[in-house]
Amino acid sequence: MRRVVLIAIPYLWLLALFLVPFAIVLKIALSDAAIARPPYIPQFDWASGIWAFLAQLDFENFVWLTEDDLYWKAYLSSLKIAAVSTAFTLLLGYPMAYGLARAPEEWRPTLIMLVILPFWTSFLIRVYAWMGILSNEGLLNQFLMTLGLIDSPFVILNTNTAVYIGIVYTYLPFMILPIYAALERLDGALIEAAEDLGCSRLQAFWLVTIPLSRAGIIAGCFLVFIPTLGEFVIPSLLGGSDTLMIGKVLWEEFFSNRDWPVASAVAVVLLLILIVPIVLFQRNQQKQQEAEQ
Amino acid sequence: MTVPVFEPWNDPEAKPLIQFQNVTKRFGVFTAIDDLSLDIYEREFFALLGPSGCGKTTMMRMLAGFETPTEGKIYLSSQDIAPVPPNKRLVNMMFQSYALFPHLSVWENIAFGLKRENRPKHDIAERVDEMLRLTRLEKFARRKPHQISGGQRQRVALARSLAKAPKLLLLDEPLGALDKKLRQDTQFELMDIQEKTGTTFVIVTHDQEEAMTVASRVAVMDNGKLVQVATPDRIYENPNSLYVADFIGDVNIIDGTASPSGQDQYSLAWKDGLAPLNVSSTQSFSEGQSCHLAIRPEKVTISAEEPTGADNAVPGRVLDIAYLGNISTYHVELPSGAVIKAQTANTRRIARRAFTWEDPVWLSWTATAGVLLAD
Ligand SMILES: Nc1ncnc2c1ncn2[C@@H]1O[C@H](COP(=O)(O)OP(=O)(O)O)[C@@H](O)[C@H]1O
Ligand SMILES: [Mg+2]
Repeated sequence: MRRVVLIAIPYLWLLALFLVPFAIVLKIALSDAAIARPPYIPQFDWASGIWAFLAQLDFENFVWLTEDDLYWKAYLSSLKIAAVSTAFTLLLGYPMAYGLARAPEEWRPTLIMLVILPFWTSFLIRVYAWMGILSNEGLLNQFLMTLGLIDSPFVILNTNTAVYIGIVYTYLPFMILPIYAALERLDGALIEAAEDLGCSRLQAFWLVTIPLSRAGIIAGCFLVFIPTLGEFVIPSLLGGSDTLMIGKVLWEEFFSNRDWPVASAVAVVLLLILIVPIVLFQRNQQKQQEAEQ
Repeated sequence: MTVPVFEPWNDPEAKPLIQFQNVTKRFGVFTAIDDLSLDIYEREFFALLGPSGCGKTTMMRMLAGFETPTEGKIYLSSQDIAPVPPNKRLVNMMFQSYALFPHLSVWENIAFGLKRENRPKHDIAERVDEMLRLTRLEKFARRKPHQISGGQRQRVALARSLAKAPKLLLLDEPLGALDKKLRQDTQFELMDIQEKTGTTFVIVTHDQEEAMTVASRVAVMDNGKLVQVATPDRIYENPNSLYVADFIGDVNIIDGTASPSGQDQYSLAWKDGLAPLNVSSTQSFSEGQSCHLAIRPEKVTISAEEPTGADNAVPGRVLDIAYLGNISTYHVELPSGAVIKAQTANTRRIARRAFTWEDPVWLSWTATAGVLLAD
């Protein structure tokens, strides 16, 4: 009995917080837009029964997604932005995680604290702060112009560059922490053993350190890639009119066009796209756990 | 057939493979190795023995290249190795923790060092297979380190460090993680491999039995210094100090004052009212010098009646008996209150032994049984 309860809890959680909302969104995606409240039909009605209700649902909205090239372009562009930012985050995060893992033990809690510290401030405020830094009259341009390095300001805000900066900045801790966890567990004797067997420092890094932190790298990449794909706040605040991301399209469908069914269809497809990396991520975590036993 | 004796340390012509010359290693203000000089010869199986923290691992790490001496020099084949980085030394180390690469199979672990030498593929495969055969790991070649037992892992570590045919193999407490039976089997395996490959082995251990079993010579260390370097039997029979006598095996220590009583003969006054003990010693002591007689329990004979013609005989009472199956150790209390241990082989069934707790007994030993040691 106890076991049944223990197993049931996560499933109930999943049911309440994922499956039920998903079913609702899917139902809206299969409905038609209408000037009503809520703005779609059909509404479920006990009198006409379930079959009449289901008969009114169709895939029109999904077909629409393939007809207007805005949508697939937005999906592709999101994938590209997510992939590129993940790569940058990795390039920046790996050396930081490495430095953390190599720092003297008494320093590590403080350094990790510094990595996590930004989370204590509202995410929105931090993105607005970036607007203050990156705008044409912002801190960065003022600084560079005072130094005399440039004559006219760099245009960064409202370009894709600002979006990349925002994403890399926001998601960096998600990259650093899993890689740090992998590197911190790495036995220093393994590096010495590699050197003892004839490796140079660099070879030892490639042949031992990188493969042994692979699980951390993969986890970090997914933790950055998955939320970035549907990111909405950063591209709308830092990006320009040409920054195309599916999160932004979704928001516009919902709030500007009030077309809930199409917006829901966009959300369902986004989720289907995300399932692939999420499953891969779960596999990676599972493999890592098995390897540790 | 005469077996040639392997004693290069007694041959003034022999060139040592490794020379420590007045090596000192400090970590900050702490001196881990203190002005230590030592020669190790080719094909030796050399054991470093000492309590935890005495500097054994530090010695190995200096040979492997992970630490550099603060003062003094280390020569390998007469070449100063200070400027040679670890990956360029003809020295391989078997780590205390084995340090097997968890992401590589047994086969790839053994091949790891060979691949760094840019050897042709089939050469590498041949050498790895040879190592697998030597360590009897053929069946496990495809497994990952976490899929094999502790003893097999230890053999993989050995195979990996042997694969490059180093001039010198360093083994840092290689058998520490094994249970007793496996440990003994592996010790013999190690000796076998050392003989087959002709590699010079330096083994670190804090287990004196292990050092005695495998080594051609043993160095006993204390606080970064060498106390005695000698063959196992000399270390056991002729310890040069109380520290060594006490560290290696079980020993009775009797304190007293010596007075010469003939050629290499001394009488040791040890307790008021008891006859002095007769001791032979090639080391000389002056009249009235205070000293210690170290005598192994198995060299002390225990009997129910007073023995006749013994060099030394003292009466006592059995205080305690430690039964170890093949042997028993008797703790005998002398009238003075001192306790002496005597060991005998259990050649008769336990029910038939001549004395038990509280029985009066006699202990006896010959003049040459013990070693007289200065303070
Ligand atoms: N890197 C180091 N920094 C500071 N002290 C060290 C370092 N390595 C070893 N020591 C000290 O040197 C002494 C000898 O250590 P070690 O050679 O590992 O001893 P053993 O192997 O005989 O147990 C110990 O007291 C240890 O604390
Ligand atoms: Mg040690």
